[in-house]
Amino acid sequence: MITDNQYLLELKGIEKHFPGVHALKSVDFELRGGECVALLGENGAGKSTLIKVMGGAHKADSGSLSVRGQVQHWEKPTDSLDAGVAIIYQEFNLVPGLTATENVFLGIEPADFGWVRKSEEKEKVGEVLRRIGAEIDPNALCDSLTVAEKQLVEIAKALIRDAQILVMDEPSAALTKKEVEQLYLLIDDLKLRGIGIVYVSHRLEEIERVADRAIIMRDGERVGQLSRDELDRTKIIEMMVGRKLENEFPKETRSPGAVRLKAKKLNRGHKVRNVSLEVRAGEILALTGLVGAGRTETVRLLFGADIADDGEIILDGEKLELNNPRDAIEAGICLLTEDRKDQGLVLGQSIKENFGLPNLKKFSRKGWLNGGSEAQSFEGYIKKLQIKVSGHKQLASQLSGGNQQKVVLAKWLERNAEILIFDEPTRGIDVGAKFEIYQWMNQLAKAGKGIIMISSELPEVLGMSDRIVVMKEGEIMGELTNSSEVTQKTLMSLAIGEKVEQPA
Amino acid sequence: MKWIKTIFSSDYGMLGVLVILCAFFSWITLEEQQPEGGEAAEVLAQSIEQSFQTPGRVLIAGRKTDEGKAFTVRLNQFLTQAGWEIAGVVQGGPPELGQGLRSSFDQNKSLDLLACEKTFVKLAVLQNFQKTESKMSNVEVMSPRSSFWPNFLKASNLLNVANQIAVIAILAIGMTLIIITAGIDLSVGSLIAVSAVLATWVIREWFGGDEATVAGMITGCGLAILACSALGLFSGSMIAYFGVPPFVATLGMMMVGSGLAYMLSGGLSIYQLPESFDWLGRGDDLGGVPNAVVLMVVLYLIAHTLMSRTTIGRYIYAVGGNPEAARLSGVPVKKILLGVYASCGALAGLGGVIMASQFKSGDPKYGLMYELYVIAAVVVGGTSLSGGRGKVFGTLIGAFIIAVIQNGMNLTGVQSYTQKVVLGLVLLAAVLLDMLKKRGWKLSL
Repeated sequence: MITDNQYLLELKGIEKHFPGVHALKSVDFELRGGECVALLGENGAGKSTLIKVMGGAHKADSGSLSVRGQVQHWEKPTDSLDAGVAIIYQEFNLVPGLTATENVFLGIEPADFGWVRKSEEKEKVGEVLRRIGAEIDPNALCDSLTVAEKQLVEIAKALIRDAQILVMDEPSAALTKKEVEQLYLLIDDLKLRGIGIVYVSHRLEEIERVADRAIIMRDGERVGQLSRDELDRTKIIEMMVGRKLENEFPKETRSPGAVRLKAKKLNRGHKVRNVSLEVRAGEILALTGLVGAGRTETVRLLFGADIADDGEIILDGEKLELNNPRDAIEAGICLLTEDRKDQGLVLGQSIKENFGLPNLKKFSRKGWLNGGSEAQSFEGYIKKLQIKVSGHKQLASQLSGGNQQKVVLAKWLERNAEILIFDEPTRGIDVGAKFEIYQWMNQLAKAGKGIIMISSELPEVLGMSDRIVVMKEGEIMGELTNSSEVTQKTLMSLAIGEKVEQPA
Repeated sequence: MKWIKTIFSSDYGMLGVLVILCAFFSWITLEEQQPEGGEAAEVLAQSIEQSFQTPGRVLIAGRKTDEGKAFTVRLNQFLTQAGWEIAGVVQGGPPELGQGLRSSFDQNKSLDLLACEKTFVKLAVLQNFQKTESKMSNVEVMSPRSSFWPNFLKASNLLNVANQIAVIAILAIGMTLIIITAGIDLSVGSLIAVSAVLATWVIREWFGGDEATVAGMITGCGLAILACSALGLFSGSMIAYFGVPPFVATLGMMMVGSGLAYMLSGGLSIYQLPESFDWLGRGDDLGGVPNAVVLMVVLYLIAHTLMSRTTIGRYIYAVGGNPEAARLSGVPVKKILLGVYASCGALAGLGGVIMASQFKSGDPKYGLMYELYVIAAVVVGGTSLSGGRGKVFGTLIGAFIIAVIQNGMNLTGVQSYTQKVVLGLVLLAAVLLDMLKKRGWKLSL
């Protein structure tokens, strides 16, 4: 029997470094049996890294992890499961072509000399599914199950392995209201059975409903915890965003001019719903919200990377027909993607070739390349943007994040784009390069360009933008003019779905 | 070991392999070479000039064959020019040689030299003369000196190698472009058959078979190439617009093409073609170099220029390296894919025309398994199957590596079954090298 002073799961002084990032700074975490602990924090606060350490997917640089007082040394990915810790990631680990039963038993099939004892499987699965109140056909292919049903299969998978600790990463993100209620009931029930639950979420309202305790993280550190009675939205938000604003943003005062780019009632599936926004000349418009709020999806429509179901895009008073990014680039719109490695650069090619890609018309005559002028022009940008490279023939894959971003920026500067869309422009970039990119954004705004900046980092949003649009679940929750009255708290409340009075 | 890595890491690393292979086969096929005809006459004239200070009287002997005649005629010219008195020219075998010698001696003048082909030296009739005829002792017997030279390195053999690989090498240009876009085309072998059959069918049905004019033949071949290009375009559109994996789309086209070739030809060879139809496949208008080889070289130069000097080439690499990044940079990804598959089809069509010309017939069985040799040439040439990397000239080197291995094994009498095993191993080794190169020469197990 677990006594009150023995923790089911305890992490002490966990440290984790990634190249260039101090992801976890001496983090402690403890969980008792029959308890549900919420793990809270902004994007990038270190929650995901921490649960990956709990699941053995990441190995901590230092610190200890014990289950029921026993210090664990995990080598294989299945070791954590054997110790009783099951992680249910947002992206489920299910094989789509196998049935629910087959997935539940994957890797631990009861078998005689390779022959699976199907009747035993059937019996056990039936029992587990009954226990968690799931009405799923055990023989249905996982492909055909809904998200909620898949989640239940994942939970069944954990229970059949006798997991005592269940870590759930944003379990309610893709569920309907009704399904979420079901999930809460299931969690209450699991708690009664002595199972400890770690619940990672952004949604504060559900924390109040489901958690016994909340542990809040910021910048890789545990900043504190709140007990059930102390759980209160304002308090949580304060702790989540509580960092002081340093002077890391070269904010300038600008007076935006005429409207340049205007989007009217854009729609695309569930991801973008009725989005209207506008950018003025010499203005930085920030588009913020939580991950998955539909920001990237929206700007992809503006760039022609995806096609809107309906709605209009107007540039300088002229309606645009965007069938592909080529059209948008022709019109003078460009997008600096968040994912530079997968979408921004051809990593196997030289940086000069990457730089030239959208500009080849300029560097060629009747299809014949003029490599000299291309190289010359790029050399200019290497100096201007202070890109640290050994030469223009260096492969794009060999550059650091900041320098890669500068190459991408150079390619659009050469294109002389009128509207620049920065999607998380400083993610994964060191502080020095960050500042330079901010300066370039200011300079471009000063030159009369329209700038849209997607950012999840609220200090960055407040520090750089003239106007802020907050999105949630594909919709615009509010539009604010940036002023000293707008705080991180205001933005966070909007982002998690609380309407606030717009400051004048 | 470091220099080995450096060599293989460079773009044309396989060139070293080709050179090593050539050296190996040269060494193993090194043999005594007997010059023939006019060449033999030249060699002999040179050695005569070296061993005689002053010209004298000479009897020339050669066989009755074309080679022998060429030998005597040419040697006659050389020696007359050098001031020799020609006692006579013998054309034939032992009896003729005997007669020739007798009549030279009968003229009561001394004979200084018998200049003959190698085969004459060991004839019994000559040895008899040396034993019985006293005047014979003053007669020097000279024949063209033989030399040591590898069979492999003979000009005729090298041209043969080039000619045999021309079709595969030409197809491999298109395949290189496709593989650089991270695709594959399995249909090229079938397209050869389609093209060969269609070209010969058009010439037979529309332009009167063996009476066809040059214009008729050009039309037939042009139509065949166009048709193959259209089939390639079709595969390309399946891939670009419907997202069908290239492997599957072109596998389908492979079957369709093969079937079409059989339907059109009724399963039979079409051989009703004019004599001059073999110009492309067998002619050699440029200093003995086969026309197909000249065409191959020209096409490689064009393709290399396209890939290294034009925007299209840059786009092809970008599409293979990262299609999404290319699209978001404004590259017309779909058009590039269409163009690449269409040109691969057209090149396969051209390959079919060359093959029909080489065999002077069109047959639906042409090009069987060629796709595999073509892909092998590209891969051996260092183009990465994951796309974005590769060089056209690398493919030419790859094609020649395959051709040289085949030719070398033929010269040394290796069985064709064994040849297949060796070629397969070479392909595997090439892919392994590519993998190691990508992982920075580390094995990851």
